[in-house]
Amino acid sequence: MNLTLHVWRQPAPGQPGRIVDYPAPDISPDMSFLEMLDVVNERLIERGEEPIAFDHDCREGICGSCGLMINGAAHGPMKLTTACQLHMRSFKDGDEIWIEPWRAKAFPVVKDLIVDRSAFDRIIQAGGYISAPTGTAQDANALPIGKPEADWAMDNAACIGCGACVAACPNASASLFTAAKITHLGALPQGQPERMRRALAMVDRMDLEGFGGCTLFGECQEACPKGISIDAIMQMNRDYVLASATKVEAKEWSGSA
Amino acid sequence: MRWLLKFWDSTVGKKVVMGVTGIGLMAFLLVHMAGNLQMFLGADAMRRYAELLRTSEELLWVARLGLIGMAVLHIVAALQLTAINAKARPEGYARKVPQVSTLASRTMRLGGILLAAFIVYHLGHLTLGWFHPALVHLQPYGNVIIGFRSPLVVAFYVVAMFFLGLHLFHGAWAGFRTLGLAKRSAEPLQRAFALWFAVIVSAGFALIPIAVYLGILA
Repeated sequence: MNLTLHVWRQPAPGQPGRIVDYPAPDISPDMSFLEMLDVVNERLIERGEEPIAFDHDCREGICGSCGLMINGAAHGPMKLTTACQLHMRSFKDGDEIWIEPWRAKAFPVVKDLIVDRSAFDRIIQAGGYISAPTGTAQDANALPIGKPEADWAMDNAACIGCGACVAACPNASASLFTAAKITHLGALPQGQPERMRRALAMVDRMDLEGFGGCTLFGECQEACPKGISIDAIMQMNRDYVLASATKVEAKEWSGSA
Repeated sequence: MRWLLKFWDSTVGKKVVMGVTGIGLMAFLLVHMAGNLQMFLGADAMRRYAELLRTSEELLWVARLGLIGMAVLHIVAALQLTAINAKARPEGYARKVPQVSTLASRTMRLGGILLAAFIVYHLGHLTLGWFHPALVHLQPYGNVIIGFRSPLVVAFYVVAMFFLGLHLFHGAWAGFRTLGLAKRSAEPLQRAFALWFAVIVSAGFALIPIAVYLGILA
């Protein structure tokens, strides 16, 4: 395959960047999207040019490190797929591919296609701990959890924190991420003691980081490689309203945050 | 009180206010539309309806202030959220393709501004008489017929009702979801209720200027 790439290049945070065009000839359709970028980078290095910086780690679609805006869609054209699990067979010979970093005030560009997503870590930190007894694990049937609740918690726990929801949202809102984190603990009995404080603290932190608000465009759900549903946002809002109305103090008791 | 202020300060809180006021305004729209359709029952029915609404001047003002309050809260929250959202993405994409968001959801702000302008015009037209050639108190049937003589006015009303339909198609779905009142669903983007509500309300309103224009009501 012969492709043309339009890639965002930015040398450092806060510096002006621009879209640079790169021809990408002889690309195998069996390569993953990141392998294609590896090949392009090797050729750049051979020519003595600066390679394109992008984030990646496991390349198995489970770590949440990679994240690219590909042709105007977060993680590219395939549903339920991270950029590393996207393959070049999803494109046609002669295609032009636009590759940009996630765009959000809370996700400043570090270099080229890499953004700083530590805002997500701070939202998690604001959530704090759950009260779980230590020592020998209790009998599995001591705490019955219905199958629908267990599934609902697991669906939300699948979030890998890649940031595609923020990138896809026209408001750059982190609602789907925060809602998934609030819900996967709030749906289980183990998450109940701190449920209200957690909802307050995490939503407050989300706002503080400079993410936008939810307008229910639905773009986040479509972009999410783990298929997390916007139903989670209902859970977040319900918990937040309940926590506000019951006047729980939002304390950030997690230390550094 | 302090928790209310803090609640209002959050994006979730503002959105919940928009959901509550939006649903309140939806209820008003439904009643208003049903009342208007009495135009098809004739001048006497309309006059009786007008007199019924004015049974108690005090209660009428309670309702009016309630409506104004809801509209103001809805608009202020929308403006503040729009400002927050604009700040959340200072640098946009060179290429961004909407995947599933509806035209209705992407025109909420534009449509909202148009509807606010329409409401001001509409009140000045058929309630206060600023833009009406001959408004007579408690003669709603005649006022409507005369008010819709100009095809330009009819066209503006119909266009505004189209945008109302779009606004409701998203709002009547999103409002309940924002409040967490919808059921969890495998297809959360489906909005059958909102579609019906938007079509019935906007078509019900638009029917009257169109009927006057076509001479069905005279």
